[in-house]
Amino acid sequence: MQIGVVVFPGSNCDHDAWYAFNHNLNVKAEFVWHDETSLNNFDAIVLPGGFAYGDYLRCGAIARFSPVMGAIRKFAAAGGPVFGICNGFQILVESGLLPGALIRNQSLKFVCRDVMLRTETTDSPFTCGLHKGQTLRVPVAHGEGCYFADPHTLDTLEAEDRVAFRYLDNPNGSLRDIAGILNEKRNVLGMMPHPERASDPLMGSTDGRSILASLVESLSTVSAA
Amino acid sequence: MLTPEEHQRVVKILKREPTHTEEGIFTVMWSEHCSYKSSRIHLKKLPTTGKYVVQGPGENAGIISIGGDWVAAFKIESHNHPSYIEPFQGAATGVGGILRDIFTMGARPIAVLDSLRFGLPDDPATGARNRRILEGVVSGIAHYGNCFGVPTVGGECIFEACYNGNPLVNVFALGVCRRDEILYASASGIGNPVIYVGAKTGRDGIHGASMASAEFTEESQQKRPNVQVGDPFLEKLLLEACLEAMKTGAIVGIQDMGAAGLTSSSSEMGSRGGVGIEIDLDKVPQRETGMTAYEMMLSESQERMLLVTHKGREEEVFRVFRKWGLDAVTIGEVTADGMLRLTHKGKVEAEIPNHALAEEAPRYDRPHTTPLRTAPMKPPSFDFASRDCTEDLITLLASPDLCSKRWIWQQYDYTVRTNTISGPGSDCAIVRVKETGKSIAISLDGNGRYCYLSPREGAMLNVAESCRNLATAGALPVAATNNLNFGNPERPEIMAQLVEAIEGMAEACAFFETPITGGNVSLYNETLGEPIYPTPVMGIVGLLETALPIPMQFQNTGRSVMLLGGLGETDPVRFGSTQYAKTIVKHLWGLPPRLDMAREKGVHDAMRAIHQEHLAESAHDLSDGGLAVTLAECATANIGARIDLDSELMPAHLLFHEASSRILITTTNAARVHEICVERCIDCVTLGVTIRLRFEITNRRQKLVSVASAGVASPGIEHFLDRV
Repeated sequence: MQIGVVVFPGSNCDHDAWYAFNHNLNVKAEFVWHDETSLNNFDAIVLPGGFAYGDYLRCGAIARFSPVMGAIRKFAAAGGPVFGICNGFQILVESGLLPGALIRNQSLKFVCRDVMLRTETTDSPFTCGLHKGQTLRVPVAHGEGCYFADPHTLDTLEAEDRVAFRYLDNPNGSLRDIAGILNEKRNVLGMMPHPERASDPLMGSTDGRSILASLVESLSTVSAA
Repeated sequence: MLTPEEHQRVVKILKREPTHTEEGIFTVMWSEHCSYKSSRIHLKKLPTTGKYVVQGPGENAGIISIGGDWVAAFKIESHNHPSYIEPFQGAATGVGGILRDIFTMGARPIAVLDSLRFGLPDDPATGARNRRILEGVVSGIAHYGNCFGVPTVGGECIFEACYNGNPLVNVFALGVCRRDEILYASASGIGNPVIYVGAKTGRDGIHGASMASAEFTEESQQKRPNVQVGDPFLEKLLLEACLEAMKTGAIVGIQDMGAAGLTSSSSEMGSRGGVGIEIDLDKVPQRETGMTAYEMMLSESQERMLLVTHKGREEEVFRVFRKWGLDAVTIGEVTADGMLRLTHKGKVEAEIPNHALAEEAPRYDRPHTTPLRTAPMKPPSFDFASRDCTEDLITLLASPDLCSKRWIWQQYDYTVRTNTISGPGSDCAIVRVKETGKSIAISLDGNGRYCYLSPREGAMLNVAESCRNLATAGALPVAATNNLNFGNPERPEIMAQLVEAIEGMAEACAFFETPITGGNVSLYNETLGEPIYPTPVMGIVGLLETALPIPMQFQNTGRSVMLLGGLGETDPVRFGSTQYAKTIVKHLWGLPPRLDMAREKGVHDAMRAIHQEHLAESAHDLSDGGLAVTLAECATANIGARIDLDSELMPAHLLFHEASSRILITTTNAARVHEICVERCIDCVTLGVTIRLRFEITNRRQKLVSVASAGVASPGIEHFLDRV
């Protein structure tokens, strides 16, 4: 099993995701440079946090045009799990792989702190190891994490059980307290909180590790089948 | 600008009149900011060597050994003047500059801390501007550090009227690398190419270093164009590209273009290596057209580096920079004659011995008399006896200095890189080093009030407190960096502050075995003749095993609350330096608290022993605000304490004096803690016990404080900022 961690110029949580998989979960993760066009060697792809291409325009607005995004679209279309964290979520939204938009925090300020999340669905490779309603303490660190979509989209997400996590203490003004969502096929997850930062007891919480572990577990089930 | 005497010195060195470009080059290189001409003879008094020190002052950053074959590079820099003129960019580029100093040496930055000082946020006349500067500085730091991807893990933020026109923005950064990966800022190898990488050169920041070497006047706002603009994304690329390029082994020496840009990087690298540097300015990547040699040499455009590679191996380096989308061009070469030679459009624009620029700046033994102070020795008349201590405690907890700074540090990404074991809001920051299994603790601290009342004692207390912060976390302090923020050194009473503070710091650093491995001097922090308090800021680095930290807050009820170091002493004169004097009495007088360094060190040793035996459930050192404020900071909404004191001191003195050498812990094993202290001849008193929901302090049956434990929660700094 091998996880690909995409590195855009300006990614800065790439090492953290790489470390969490390799050292906290003992699963091999490798970096994928942003001009890569083939993802054949990977079982899952992580789009890590950071400021891809500087994010001086809208977050993720440039990254969506990078060569690797074409490969990721194909990878996702073929059912491969794609996991966008923070800036990765923003890029997935800009790329149209997930609906809605991430706009500036209601406070208009960057916010870094632990938040409490509620697991809303266990029906995905990223949440299958959790139980519905399970609360998780995971840090956020973003300036543009306010999830926004039109009411119809929000209703659809809820009707199709595609809200993966909600904030119990909404840090950014996200509509309906949405912290993470799934695509229709349920193999693409985007979330603003950083599970890779809550995967080691020394960091004060290992709740994020259960999300990464779900993914690893579901991948091993797939390869065993 | 050069003084007439300095100009004569230049003429003597060159044996002719300097050209316009040369005059500009000498002006920046011999500026206070670059040459330390007023402080250098005194800085020599600081201890700079020790068993952990790998590289002392004189490089881009100091380096210490942190175990195994790993080292840490760290340093502090100020960006005071630019942050006043343009808070956001001034602070942002301050972060950018210090980060480059760290990764220039081959170390990946893993922690940033900031020491900030502003004018009073609630002052009727200047409050609005002070708040605007604070908000700008904080968002500038957040903007740069967050995007770059380095965690901002701690710091301090203090407010005094003396910083109204002169905010202080001091940024500390620390990085790690393997010992054999260290690169120095020294050019060598005749004929080796000199390569320019990073951002293109523009007209921004020209003469920034000279601006930082003069007082502010009414015209200072016109200096806005002297403040550079930062691009953290570009810096992030530069970091990754530099670290990757360094691994090729093709790089001989590298230095960032910080203050005085191309001028300082080329002449300092040449001077250190004892070689000449020849640069063809036509080859310098330029952002604007028609730039003159003068402008290019003095530009302080950000995110640029100068490096020297082995001849013939340039392509290995270019390949890495191309991968990261960065400009890298050969602009010159290393020569044998020791000269900095600049040509532009076929004409030689400057020809100066590198050594003269970097090392032969004038050194002034400026006259110094007695340190400036207008505060009296005697206390003002004030009715201490009839105070309501509960009310005073709550007032103190809500004061700008002591209130929660969460509003500030939540804007900083303090968890990126997944190393932050103790983040902002703790006594000190702790970051783990994944590669070694050990951790680094960092304390950043200054106390302008103490130093104003006695620069020598204040500086010593400053070192003691930083070391105490580290000891509270269980760390052993091993090295330090300092930022000396003072007024105009041409005034003998200001120069006296500087000299005495350095001497006090030297004595304390020698005693606590924390040699200074580098630092920064920021003088001329005056506006319209009003100097700041003398404000040295210490960044002290300690080492410890990687483990879960001991929290500051009480964890359980029924635990013994113990005070290592005892209740301490004060007197009416020493009380004049406290937060109580500042906030409640609204006067400053007398002297800072007394310091007995041997006793202080004994308390630190005891605390580390307590750590080793895992005896403390919570720990917090005493500093500003004294015992009552420290107890309140340890309380949570659910867990408070019942404290019974036995002291002759009057209540306000007892609760709020700031005697040094004290650490508050809670434990289940008071007997063993006592033993540890007795073995070291350290006072230790059991003050009381943690209880549910209440916060109560009595002295000899006299009730001094009684309040719900939720009632001593500190309100945040934002309650000053929200005011219109």
